[in-house]
Amino acid sequence: MTVVATKTDGQAASAFQAARSRLPGAAAVAEQRQAAFDNYTRQGLPHRRVEDWKYTDLRVLMREVLPLAAAPDHAHLARAADALQLHAIDGVRRLVLVDGVFVADLSDLAELEPGLSIRPLREVLEAGEALDDRWPAPDTADAMVAFNAALMTDGVVIEVGADITLQRPLQIVHVAAATEPASIVTRSLLRVGQNATATLVESFVAADGSTRYQLHDALHVTIAEGGRLDHLRLNEDAIDAFHIASLFASLHGQARYNACALTTGGGVSRYQGFVRFNGDGAEVTANGVNLLNGTQHADTTLFLDHAVPHCVSREVFRAVLDGRAHSVFQGRIMVRPHAQKTDAKMMTRALLLSDEAEADNKPELEIFADDVTCGHGATTGALDDTLLFYLRARGLPEKEAQALLIQAFIGEAIESIVDDQLRALAIAVGERWLEARA
Amino acid sequence: MPAEQETVERVRRIDVDQYRYGFETDIESEKAPKGLSEDTIRFISGKKNEPAWMLEWRLEAYRRWLTMSEPTWARVDYPKIDYQDLYYYAAPKQKKQLSSIDEIDPEILKTYEKLGIPLREVAVLEGVVAPGAKPAGEDDGEPPVEQRKVAVDAVFDSVSVATTFKEELKKAGVIFMPISEAIREHPELVQKYLGSVVPTTDNFFATLNSAVFSDGSFVYVPPGVRCPMELSTYFRINERNTGQFERTLIIADKGAYVSYLEGCTAPQRDENQLHAAVVELVALDDAEIKYSTVQNWYPGNAEGKGGIYNFVTKRGDCRGRGSKISWTQVETGSAITWKYPSCILRGDESRGEFYSIAISNGYQQVDSGTKMIHLGKNTSSRIISKGISAGKSQNTYRGLVTAHRKAAGARNFTACDSLLIGDQCGAHTVPYVEAKNSSAVFEHEATTSKISEDVLFYCVQRGLSQEEAVGLVVNGFVKDVLQQLPMEFAVEAQKLISISLEGSVG
Repeated sequence: MTVVATKTDGQAASAFQAARSRLPGAAAVAEQRQAAFDNYTRQGLPHRRVEDWKYTDLRVLMREVLPLAAAPDHAHLARAADALQLHAIDGVRRLVLVDGVFVADLSDLAELEPGLSIRPLREVLEAGEALDDRWPAPDTADAMVAFNAALMTDGVVIEVGADITLQRPLQIVHVAAATEPASIVTRSLLRVGQNATATLVESFVAADGSTRYQLHDALHVTIAEGGRLDHLRLNEDAIDAFHIASLFASLHGQARYNACALTTGGGVSRYQGFVRFNGDGAEVTANGVNLLNGTQHADTTLFLDHAVPHCVSREVFRAVLDGRAHSVFQGRIMVRPHAQKTDAKMMTRALLLSDEAEADNKPELEIFADDVTCGHGATTGALDDTLLFYLRARGLPEKEAQALLIQAFIGEAIESIVDDQLRALAIAVGERWLEARA
Repeated sequence: MPAEQETVERVRRIDVDQYRYGFETDIESEKAPKGLSEDTIRFISGKKNEPAWMLEWRLEAYRRWLTMSEPTWARVDYPKIDYQDLYYYAAPKQKKQLSSIDEIDPEILKTYEKLGIPLREVAVLEGVVAPGAKPAGEDDGEPPVEQRKVAVDAVFDSVSVATTFKEELKKAGVIFMPISEAIREHPELVQKYLGSVVPTTDNFFATLNSAVFSDGSFVYVPPGVRCPMELSTYFRINERNTGQFERTLIIADKGAYVSYLEGCTAPQRDENQLHAAVVELVALDDAEIKYSTVQNWYPGNAEGKGGIYNFVTKRGDCRGRGSKISWTQVETGSAITWKYPSCILRGDESRGEFYSIAISNGYQQVDSGTKMIHLGKNTSSRIISKGISAGKSQNTYRGLVTAHRKAAGARNFTACDSLLIGDQCGAHTVPYVEAKNSSAVFEHEATTSKISEDVLFYCVQRGLSQEEAVGLVVNGFVKDVLQQLPMEFAVEAQKLISISLEGSVG
């Protein structure tokens, strides 16, 4: 296919050139950046002819590539602090990135548990450590991953030592605080050691007055033998923001990864997860909920790669759509040859509350082993009239009856969150969305 | 769970090295010069004595085709086809105008006899009885085999060699003839409908077909007529290096009904041959078309050498209110299958169905499925697909269900199961479910346990095992469609359908 040069190619090139001198990392890191950027340039923004981006055509939805955000000044940090207060979660260890820069002053780095190490990515890159084989270079086949690898400014690098059980959940908060629209490019790494246990909350929020920014994030997760990570992701970005994030998770033997991603923010968002099973007996739960309104477009794309035998995966995805919102779910489960006894299930359901909303589902199975149990299901529909009638007959107003049914509908995806406080937080996000709708 | 032994045995029986139709008929034939150019198209058009508008239509398609590139999105892998290294037209040499079936080259008659396709009406009257089928009345639990008439259009390479029961069909008002004849005799119908479902610009292979199609069947069933017998076309590729490009057009006018069946075989050869057909169905108000395919092209040998590339565009247009189109396919042949029989549910309350059993063995690659495009109000569709892959084959189900903004009350149910036999093969499911209307209700499932819990519960409660209950439900779904297949295949297909769902992977 011929790649049509668009104006965004030029914008991306000038963003890269302009930012080059202040991007952290010399020599090998700089080379890696250049290679990644060349890779991006070859492909350009993904469009509908690129199968994985079929429903999220960035040439149409993104239109422009913004220059990289400047490092936050005092005013920005002050506004970021206000935003943090609004979205504060009790008892978590907060790690804050403002406009793509790690801010130690706003973060909680006091009294780190033994075995827990937290460093800014900038520092790691400047030390040239990112090329360490503990942090494998990301696969940049995807144009937006390549874009991220070329322009990442900062992030958080977290290591949880073997046999450590973290008492406090970690929270990485991405705050957009700039008043001028700009690109924010971050990457974080989390390694959970052997038999270690950790909980991670990722929050994406905007300070008052931050609009139309473009956020590009990537998260690398490695869970060693017997380790466990619980992961809650909350996209509450500005309603006109652009949000593209990738997850790379690698699980070793007997590892557990339990994730739930909620999207209520962002004008156009895409969350793509690439989860690979590298050791026998690992288990993954990857759930997601999209709650969308207005003209929001949210795409959740998950690729579960069962490369080894005896692994289990579960995916439950829910979308509730009002207005002219558009939700996309693409789930791909691959069972490679010899990955026998794989047990993989995926269920995606969409609820359309308005005649102008659109839900696209593509649950895909690729199976190369014969002794496996894999299944997927997909449904689309409106709220059940008989259930509504039942509730209304008992005196509930229409909106309340709807809210009750919607809560039950998304509850199936949220109930996998183990931590009581975090589950309550996820439920509250749903409630806020419903209130805003009413 | 691994597949059951019985299933494994059954699939082995139709493995690629068991191909029964691989013989070649030695016959003198007339071909167009090798390669594709405007001259080739003029040659084909001239051979068929076509009117000028038809030639123009072909040339336009050809010019369009030159600007297109071959699709690569399907999960199939094959060396690049050299379109200039093919013959686009091959016909058995004819000495003079034929007046009866007895004048057909006995070699061709013998070929069809060997394939079990009766071209003599007298033979047909005796009924198509499957070898080993029990005569009626013998009580062994099997249903008695009914004797039925089937009208056959036999297409040998690029031309139709015989069409049976033309007269009897004419009495009922049904037009059943080779499309090359229809272009001459019923230009108004052909002009009105040809390319109206699959436009010449549709896709690479359909456009190629529009430029060079040589023969195929044309069916028109007038308003209110129920076609008195099964219609069928039997396609045979015989010549070397020849592509077969047939074109089928079926129109069921208001309230009409027709059931149509196609079968296909080819000789065993080391080279790959191309088959790029286009099938268009048009169902007007309250009309119903049942289209069944038994695809058994040569699949290549056990090492994956040779075999047919089956790149086919099939689409039905439920144009009228309350119309219905049902596709049934049993796919066992071809080296590569690229085929998505689809329904455009344009008329309000129209209905589309797709039942498919695709079995791949050896090095076969199947990428097949359907599209259900809901445009009208209260339209419904059902998709039942079963893929079985064995050997080193790859079997993909690819399907699209979509409801447009105005398709209020659209309803779809999809179930696709795959079964793998052995650890060298692959089974893939790529469904696209797109809803743009809140009153659309779509259900897609690929887990056997979820086929209507209520029905299963009902059966289990009455003492059936879960497995038996599932078998019963699946059989119930497809039975009446399978019965439309000729007996020989209905029996075989039924066996395949009843293959245990044990080990199904969704």
